[in-house]
Amino acid sequence: MQLADVIGTVVATQKSEGLDGVRFLILQPLDRSGEPSGNPVVAADALFTAGVGERVYFVSSREAAVALPEQFVPVDHAVVGIVDEVEIG
Amino acid sequence: MKLGRISGTVVSTIQHPSLDGHQLRVVDLLDVSGAPTGGYVIAVDSIGASHGQTVLVLDEGSSARQVMADANAPVRAIVVGIVDEVRVDGTDLDVT
Repeated sequence: MQLADVIGTVVATQKSEGLDGVRFLILQPLDRSGEPSGNPVVAADALFTAGVGERVYFVSSREAAVALPEQFVPVDHAVVGIVDEVEIG
Repeated sequence: MKLGRISGTVVSTIQHPSLDGHQLRVVDLLDVSGAPTGGYVIAVDSIGASHGQTVLVLDEGSSARQVMADANAPVRAIVVGIVDEVRVDGTDLDVT
């Protein structure tokens, strides 16, 4: 899992089967110091509560779909937690 | 599996139900000389590793779900061992 900031949302009315009701967020991945690292990605919101401005962690690849209620869906990133605090050191 | 060092903890109240009760650790990834690569993963800690310890971290979902005994856990990275010793080309790495 990686840290990210939610920087936007995506709305798609027409999408693959199984994705109805799934919210999509634009994430800016972060390094462990909280600095932006790499390009933004679109992720499904497995919590159904994450919003713009929040710091989250997300899981990638096959495990992203496992986070969703319908597990055989074409999703490669999913938000699985909202960060309260990262304690480093 | 990869070598890593526990460098922090992620505190989270709102999370996927499969993560409830599990510690989430920030694990800095190490190269074979023991130096940080600059990369990291947030991993479920299945064994109670402490800050600063060198660990074995696994980044593969099926095995992570097996260790967590939860077929629905959306987890790839999991700490599966605390490293006592690493020897590369006859030289011991500092894993303390």
